[in-house]
Amino acid sequence: MEPRKKLSIICFSGDFDKLVAAFTLASGSAAVNYEVNIFFTFWGLNAIKKKKGRVFTGKGFLARFFGFLMGGIDNVPLSRLNFCNISPKLMNYMMRKRNVASLKELIDASIAVGVKLYTCEMSMQILGLTINDFIPEVNKEVLGVAKFMEISQGGDRIFI
Amino acid sequence: MATFNLDITKEHCPMTFVKTKIQLAKIAKDDILEVLVTEGEPLENIPKSSTEQGFEILGIENLHDNIYKIRIKK
Repeated sequence: MEPRKKLSIICFSGDFDKLVAAFTLASGSAAVNYEVNIFFTFWGLNAIKKKKGRVFTGKGFLARFFGFLMGGIDNVPLSRLNFCNISPKLMNYMMRKRNVASLKELIDASIAVGVKLYTCEMSMQILGLTINDFIPEVNKEVLGVAKFMEISQGGDRIFI
Repeated sequence: MATFNLDITKEHCPMTFVKTKIQLAKIAKDDILEVLVTEGEPLENIPKSSTEQGFEILGIENLHDNIYKIRIKK
């Protein structure tokens, strides 16, 4: 058995299409025997929030307001041609029609094949979020840069 | 020792690899998984990644046109 190769994705974006790219790479790589880590920071955190819609999450008025504006996985916009969030729904429809996995299916697939999900300590601090605001599959260990570099050492690192 | 079947001919990347990986995780050691795949990336990479994970490729058979059967022993 060959030693496992490693891929670590820094998921900064909270855009629908970029999240599709991140979770496609993550699930596909893990399925072909890569060790895969995703480090969610800033907008990327929206993809793994427990509450999937627009709800007031976080601590403090501004954080809760931001949390509401950003929403969760149900509200992620397309990076271009978003048209008031109509485009992600159209894109999901087209993906289903062409038998391509939806964003939610890709997230589930990533979890099923053992992709490790980590959150960024600094972004959580700014947005007033705690580890309990995220889906239970997210690793309980909240990372800073040094720990992420340690975890991702020896593998490929990509920024989305 | 049992034989299991998986048809991923209608699937697209990355679900071709994901479904194979999940099915391989479900079966027991020495069980055999027969995967139906189309020509191209799945045909090239499923045998490769299965071998990397320590599984044995028992054979690859062209059934018809661009449909192949890969036999993997866990």
